[in-house]
Amino acid sequence: MVQLLQFTLNGRARVDAVQDNLLLLYYLRDHVGLTGTKTGCDGGECGACTVLIDDRPRLSCLTLAAAVAGRRVDTVESLGADGQLSAVQRGFHEKLGSQCGYCTPGFIMSSVGLLRRNPRPSEAEILDALGGNICRCTGYVKIIEAVKHAIELHAEGVAP
Amino acid sequence: MNRIERTRNVGGYTPLIDGPDKVSGRARYTADFLSRGMLTGRIFRSPYSHGEIVEVDVSEAARLPGVKAIITGADCEKTFGVLPIARSEHPLARDKVRYRGEPVAAVAAVDDATANRALSLIKLKVRELPAYYTAASAMAPDAVQIHKRKPGNIERDVIFEIGDVEEGFREADLVREITSDCAEVCQNQMEMHAAIADYDAVRDRLTVHASTQVPYYVHLMLAQILDMDMARIRVVKPQVGGGFGARSEALNVELIAALLARKIGGCVRLVITREETFITHRGRPQTDIRLKIGMRKDGRITAVACECDQRGGAHSGYGTVTILYSGSMLYAIYDIYNVKYVGRRVLTNTPPCGAMRGHGTVDIRFAFESLLDQMAHELKLDPFAVRRANYLTAPTFTANDLMVNSYGLPDCIDWVERESGWLARKGNLPRGKGLGMACSHYVSGASNPVNASGDPHATVKIKLDFDGSVVVLSGAADIGQGSSTVLVQIVSEVLGLDLSRIRIITGDSDLVPKDNGSYSSRVTFMVGNATIAAAQNLKSLLIAAAARKLEAKPEEIECLGELYRVAAQDKGIAFDDVAAEALKEAGTITVTGNYWTLPESRGGNKYRGAAIGGTMAYSYSAQVVEVSVDGDTGVVTVDKVWVAHDCGKALNRLAVEGQVQGSVWMGLGQAMSEETAYHDGLMLTGNMLDYRVPTIQDSPPIEVGIIESNDPHGPFGAKEAGEGSLAAFLPALTNAIADAIGIRLNDLPVTPDRVFAAIEKNRRASPASPPDANAS
Repeated sequence: MVQLLQFTLNGRARVDAVQDNLLLLYYLRDHVGLTGTKTGCDGGECGACTVLIDDRPRLSCLTLAAAVAGRRVDTVESLGADGQLSAVQRGFHEKLGSQCGYCTPGFIMSSVGLLRRNPRPSEAEILDALGGNICRCTGYVKIIEAVKHAIELHAEGVAP
Repeated sequence: MNRIERTRNVGGYTPLIDGPDKVSGRARYTADFLSRGMLTGRIFRSPYSHGEIVEVDVSEAARLPGVKAIITGADCEKTFGVLPIARSEHPLARDKVRYRGEPVAAVAAVDDATANRALSLIKLKVRELPAYYTAASAMAPDAVQIHKRKPGNIERDVIFEIGDVEEGFREADLVREITSDCAEVCQNQMEMHAAIADYDAVRDRLTVHASTQVPYYVHLMLAQILDMDMARIRVVKPQVGGGFGARSEALNVELIAALLARKIGGCVRLVITREETFITHRGRPQTDIRLKIGMRKDGRITAVACECDQRGGAHSGYGTVTILYSGSMLYAIYDIYNVKYVGRRVLTNTPPCGAMRGHGTVDIRFAFESLLDQMAHELKLDPFAVRRANYLTAPTFTANDLMVNSYGLPDCIDWVERESGWLARKGNLPRGKGLGMACSHYVSGASNPVNASGDPHATVKIKLDFDGSVVVLSGAADIGQGSSTVLVQIVSEVLGLDLSRIRIITGDSDLVPKDNGSYSSRVTFMVGNATIAAAQNLKSLLIAAAARKLEAKPEEIECLGELYRVAAQDKGIAFDDVAAEALKEAGTITVTGNYWTLPESRGGNKYRGAAIGGTMAYSYSAQVVEVSVDGDTGVVTVDKVWVAHDCGKALNRLAVEGQVQGSVWMGLGQAMSEETAYHDGLMLTGNMLDYRVPTIQDSPPIEVGIIESNDPHGPFGAKEAGEGSLAAFLPALTNAIADAIGIRLNDLPVTPDRVFAAIEKNRRASPASPPDANAS
């Protein structure tokens, strides 16, 4: 069955006809062409496909596109403004929180979700927020540094 | 050699030049190249572990509307494989299937659903054969041969003795032997394997995008499998989501995509699942080790004897090289002269293993450093003292003729001893806590290339054109390790220009020179040296042009990057004007830099295969690991890791730290939780929940000390940084556990159930007294 989907994607209203069994992940990648959101596993294991739905990190590989009707969805492509990277993006770039970069959009969206609900998280809260994202390159050490750097930048007024 | 005065462009903390793409979602990986009309490829895989193929019936699948092509083993007569001596694999099985999950047929269809439906209609009939899931069962006298050309199912056996091992053991004050069983592990890089093949039937040209570390090897194998002129093939390597060796050989994925594309005369996108990525495998083999060491009272090692069996899986892959690396690298870190090694690489009915990070060196290093620790304890020696008693003195050659010109191991050891507070804390920690240490090393690229064709080990080009842009052209595959960044840093260093002036193009065979690829930690060393040579050639041309313009001799010109001048003059001419002058004569300038390894670095000839292990320079690593062990549950927590890595010279400290931390952490995964498991050849751990990858919550702080031994042949003195620190973690961990609870764990991984079982066994054996560390 095809449904009419109305929602807000990266700050803009959008209307689409989607199959009711289409996953949000494939809707974003194959239909809209937002390939920043990554597929890293066969479902719910790795966090690479994390997007924000109404500011909360969600796995787009376990979410039906039709289920985001009326919601706000933000992907990694929504971050940054006026040609400048956002605080979390800068954190991951400047502190090498990203090596191969494949898990990075998921980590970044989980971190943005954290900073939007808690601009001053403790280290324990950072680990808790990123516990569902797998990275195979960094050993996570520099990811933690990246998020801490982002927290500082955010405190100076840079949007997460 | 290649020594140039340092400026700000190397030696600092430089974020990756492609970082902004990666954090914004703009970085494009193979699966991100979507275009209208491309078909979906899917692979039909064998549900049998071992059998002769009677029939592959695709007739019903072929009739399904939307199915555009189906191929089987009948479409691929040729074999592929990374080693020219061992090309045993068909992209799709022909005659026989040899492991569960081996590709048998492939479909190209209009969409995923149709392709999946087509797979369900393919019928495979086989005459089943006995299957072997362990090296021992495959080597049994009555075992059926998995490959015709390999009797006894032995891919390669290695036997060598250097010095006099018997005499060495007689000289020892203590001789001890251990056995160790290290589980098979898999890279599990974040990006699943993907290929997009586009065949232009009118012009007979093929373009393949592939998630590979070795675009050149993919190019070679595409030509071989498709029986196509190499000049008609273009291989593109976009961003790659990690490799760790899983992609250091051409995989069936890209070959199958190309076969499908040619069959339909169009474009096929083949992105395999996480489970299929596990089955494609190329990980580190399950390894059984029997190791014997003789030691004098002062810690000096007098002899080493090692037997090593590797369960290699169903195809040759890198197997011969892996089993040889295990032998040659086993003792080359220390000054050891009496060595015996018996290695067997065995073919089994499991997915093929490959060249995983730390190739061939990790499991034997685990056994070796564990036994050293145990013997140090028995001899009441500090484990640091035992290492110090066995140092090499550079420059030298090891007993098996491996060239060592820089040896930062002593500095690594001193650093971790100091930073971890070892002397004050060891033996004084609360019960259940412990400290352990160990060392490891690795090559900076193999001095003998896999495909020896006589051309240079590395070639880099730099283009200078009318716009004053300096563009580096390199085939080096950036897979996240930052190789493109380091090459740009090197060019900017030589030319004295800001990083932002330099651009780099990689990963497209139409544009860039051939490169052997990103494996065995070769890129910084080999491609780095070639890049220095290319940049120096460009600098010479620019200096000559500046001399013409300034009416001076070239040797009088001072190059300040953005400014060239005669030393005595106040003002010179700007880079753009120098470039314009240079172009007047030559038109667009393209310079080349080549790099060859020295013949004396290519290993010796004391046994067949002794060239494996030969490299221009070894990195060294030492680690201290601090653990807490919960005696009631067997849960081990790593509280902290101190790691010192001798990378010769850190060209990019940020990237070196990241590589070293990543290596240590990958060792942590192998040591503590990662393990592939099979039931009758069926992979049970083909996902990231059953294959336990450590999460951010399981992962310790890792403090990195960068040791710079300044290798005389390295680019600015640099050596490898991306692999050498993996192996030392494993024994440092188990040595720390032994320190904490007095129990030695020689099998990997040390999961809580295994630790708990060991604690229980120990408790039953000596119920009255608490266990004494290292009692044996």
